[in-house]
Amino acid sequence: MIRLLSIALLLLCWQAAALFADPRLLPGPAPVFAAIVEQAQSGALLVNLAATLARVIAAFLIAMSLGSALGYVMGRRALLDRLLDPFVVVLLNLPALVVIVLAYLWAGLTEAAAIGAVALNKLPNAIVVMREGARALDARLDEMADVFRFSRAARLRHVVAPQLAPYIAAATRSGLSLVWKIVLVVELIGRSNGVGFEINMAFQLFDVRLLLAYAIPFVLLMLGVETLLVQPLERHVSRWRRSPARGQGLV
Amino acid sequence: MSHDGAAALLEVRVSSKDHVTAGGRSLCVLRDLQFTLPAGRAGAVVGPSGCGKTTLLRLIAGLDRQYRGSIRLPAGGRLGMVFQEPRLLPWRSVVDNLRIAAPQASAATLAALLARLGLAEHAEHFPGELSLGLARRVALARALAIEPDLLLMDEPFVSLDAALARELRGEIAALIDEKKVTTLIVTHDIREAIELADRVFLLSTRPARVGATLEIGTPRRALTKEAADALQREADAAIEAMRRR
Ligand SMILES: Nc1ncnc2c1ncn2[C@@H]1O[C@H](COP(=O)(O)OP(=O)(O)OP(=O)(O)O)[C@@H](O)[C@H]1O
Ligand SMILES: [Mg+2]
Repeated sequence: MIRLLSIALLLLCWQAAALFADPRLLPGPAPVFAAIVEQAQSGALLVNLAATLARVIAAFLIAMSLGSALGYVMGRRALLDRLLDPFVVVLLNLPALVVIVLAYLWAGLTEAAAIGAVALNKLPNAIVVMREGARALDARLDEMADVFRFSRAARLRHVVAPQLAPYIAAATRSGLSLVWKIVLVVELIGRSNGVGFEINMAFQLFDVRLLLAYAIPFVLLMLGVETLLVQPLERHVSRWRRSPARGQGLV
Repeated sequence: MSHDGAAALLEVRVSSKDHVTAGGRSLCVLRDLQFTLPAGRAGAVVGPSGCGKTTLLRLIAGLDRQYRGSIRLPAGGRLGMVFQEPRLLPWRSVVDNLRIAAPQASAATLAALLARLGLAEHAEHFPGELSLGLARRVALARALAIEPDLLLMDEPFVSLDAALARELRGEIAALIDEKKVTTLIVTHDIREAIELADRVFLLSTRPARVGATLEIGTPRRALTKEAADALQREADAAIEAMRRR
């Protein structure tokens, strides 16, 4: 309810500002909405949103799976951590634009280069978060699993994964927003479709209306992913936490 | 060190076990510690706080292999362990905690075991919803669920109130008799050891060795208060002798 109210307030402010501004610089909600409808009817909106979303998902999955695996082993094996840590630090501090341009120069203006560059930008962040998670694993539960001879699969599923779940959720949260922002840059520089490409077009045509007509639906889409997918998943994996503890400290 | 299975009894021969302290110094915790426990019997290890009881249990459980000596487990070598803290998986329900540890046990077996320990109505609860006494029972149920060849228990009654401890002690004694599982209990309470075990190993102060062994002839159920008192006096005398030596 409060959320709806704050959105209504935002729309109102936008409308008010648009009344006083140059309509070319800041069109009001109504013309932008009309542009969205127009783009949707021509089918261009859907094609471009889908292209961008596909890139976001691909880059995110690559970065998360690779980052989780690397972060996990680095958190558990001190030697590997020392070996790989310098690379993580370099990646962490390499500007996104450098990675993108290098990827395009080395691998050409291809889809693989685009997705790879985005994944590489997200990778160190996923590694760092998952490494923290792996370091925080409870050694006492590991011993319990040793004594009871848990299978590898049971250990991963019942001992390790539940402890890593909050870290995975955190990495997903920060990761999704990072990835989709970088995907737009990648599209702007070297792709011929997607939201980033359309925004580039809007920039060349000085068409703020078109820019907003692509930006707003995509932000809404990512908001939907967050509230309809990420948050319910987070609630599901942490449901055991909410049961009020009647006893003393456990584990 | 060696750690091999296949024997009719639990045979522990630790010639030495050192811990390295955080300061880098070496601390000898166990020295020439030897005892045997026939299969199907219950043994109790009693010793002063900090003498190395938990260390000993971790060696037997195979959690720590940095020692000199040899440990042979009873044939089969399946271990059930009740740690000093329950160490349940907080994100899994009580019955799932049992199922994950003992995947081969049938649902009916687990339900019967839970009912036997008064946990039937807690089967679907998460460990965070249990009192410490209940959580201890779940840890015991889990250790029994795998039908162990050796059951290890580290201070299973510590920080329970006296009435609850007595109740749980009675249940464990009954279960040991019923399942005939070789059991080793660690405790600092001699009375507790006498009431539960067939054989009591009294440890010296650090570095620990077995200073005296007490055979409890009478079965647990038939042990009268007078007999227990007599055994306790015997144990106290043995401890006094160890101290003077
Ligand atoms: N990992 C370790 N590193 C260094 N020293 C240790 C370690 N674990 C135990 N110790 C030391 O070894 C000694 C024996 O510890 P242990 O936990 O086995 O004693 P305990 O008999 O179980 O004591 P309590 O009755 O208090 O539980 C103690 O002095 C302890 O400080
Ligand atoms: Mg101890």
